[in-house]
Amino acid sequence: MTRIVTVETRDLEKSAKEGGCGECQTSCQSACKTSCGVANQPCEQLNK
Amino acid sequence: MIHCYQFEGLNIVLDCYSGSIHMVDEVAYDMIQWYENELADKVVQKAVEKHGISVEEASECLADIADLKTAGKLYAPDKYEHLAKDFRKKNIKIKALCLHVAHTCNLNCSYCFASQGKYHGERAIMSYEVGKKAIDFLIENSGFHKNLDIDFFGGEPLMNWDVVKQLVAYGREQEKIHNKNIRFTLTTNGVLLDDEVTEFCNKEMHNVVLSLDGRKEVNDRFRVDYAGHGSYDKIVPNFQKFVEKRGNLSYYMRGTFTHFNTDFVNDIKQMLDLGFTELSMEPVVTDPSSPSAITKEDLPVVFEQYEELARLMVQRHKEGRPFTFYHYMLDLTCGPCIYKRIAGCGSGTEYLAVTPWGDLYPCHQFVGDDAYKMGSIYEGVKNLELQDKFASCNAYSRPECKDCWAKLYCSGGCAANSYHASGDINGIYEMGCDIFRKRIECAIAVKLLTSGLEQPGEKK
Repeated sequence: MTRIVTVETRDLEKSAKEGGCGECQTSCQSACKTSCGVANQPCEQLNK
Repeated sequence: MIHCYQFEGLNIVLDCYSGSIHMVDEVAYDMIQWYENELADKVVQKAVEKHGISVEEASECLADIADLKTAGKLYAPDKYEHLAKDFRKKNIKIKALCLHVAHTCNLNCSYCFASQGKYHGERAIMSYEVGKKAIDFLIENSGFHKNLDIDFFGGEPLMNWDVVKQLVAYGREQEKIHNKNIRFTLTTNGVLLDDEVTEFCNKEMHNVVLSLDGRKEVNDRFRVDYAGHGSYDKIVPNFQKFVEKRGNLSYYMRGTFTHFNTDFVNDIKQMLDLGFTELSMEPVVTDPSSPSAITKEDLPVVFEQYEELARLMVQRHKEGRPFTFYHYMLDLTCGPCIYKRIAGCGSGTEYLAVTPWGDLYPCHQFVGDDAYKMGSIYEGVKNLELQDKFASCNAYSRPECKDCWAKLYCSGGCAANSYHASGDINGIYEMGCDIFRKRIECAIAVKLLTSGLEQPGEKK
């Protein structure tokens, strides 16, 4: 019986080694102008 | 740190520091929470008693939980505080400017955070020379950044449209010379949105943000012209023509909800009925004493509305008529890295706002507040103490964020909201936090319910 389904997500600890390029779009620019959350910004490197 | 919640038959477990997400059955939902603080034997015993399962079944579930812990996907410790201390202070380069091409507006929206586009100052239009200098300033200070963002904002940018077009042309010329890639965005109230603007936007604007509050009576309550007439009948046809020609290019219908329309899903539905599918809706930013301000008493309705919105999205997805809601967009596998999750929007450091006179502010929300003037495009950033303060402002700088499971989704929240609510950018805007947590719960649930993923074996 599968009691736990782990969804594939970006490993944040791993991203500490591979990330930090700064090329992603600045989050508030996209739409909201107020209560921005970065979680909805895609990564430029991974989406190439 | 884990966060567990339930929505539409799903039991969801979020692991804050790994970014992991698990869908679990009722047994695992309990056992995961118990195992955070209790010993294995006790957890197994409680599961047997509560759920009527065998010791073997409970032990098997516990073994799976323990494996996830070993794999770093449950109860993962916080390993990022040192990144937060170091990252922002290194090598601050500018990658985004919000150009206030117009400190004036052709509407007179009473709830406007920018006092009807004037930002508590004089009306003004940005000259081409100032805008050109701003682009030069951006490129000169962009360092290693290849992707640069320029947002045309205001007031109402279309009141200075010729300069906008000239600045885009200049940007295109300069990006080739300096090997940069500039993404332009335009925000507009739609009053002057015509075919010529549309054609130019479709050629040059990476994204366009269109302001509409939803139902006619809602929109026209606040979004009026100087004669007091509502703007709905004027702007909706303009928006519909624009969106028809926009095709697959990015845009958002961006609405504001207030105390007077906490039932904002009805406004979302209106936008959908008008043919718009890329939507964004924000709570109003205003003084708490304003009649339009969202109150604490409004929150239960607002929370229920976010849940209703999530159900609507799932339903429309099943019907083959999906729509986008900005704050429910999540890329679980290719989302932002930990640095972005910690750092946030970049205000005051890599993202600055420029006034018509060339003054620099941390973002549009601080323009007009003299204490937050950072310098100018002529002298550069002069207020280094302020820059440092913003550089240090992130998911780890606010004491209240320490035990919040959502901090790596919100990056500590909006510095402007914190400042206006608490007097300090390192404070918090508590209502904003409550709303954000509900929103991200719903966003994740929508993602899980529309992903076609296999669900756990047994569920309510």
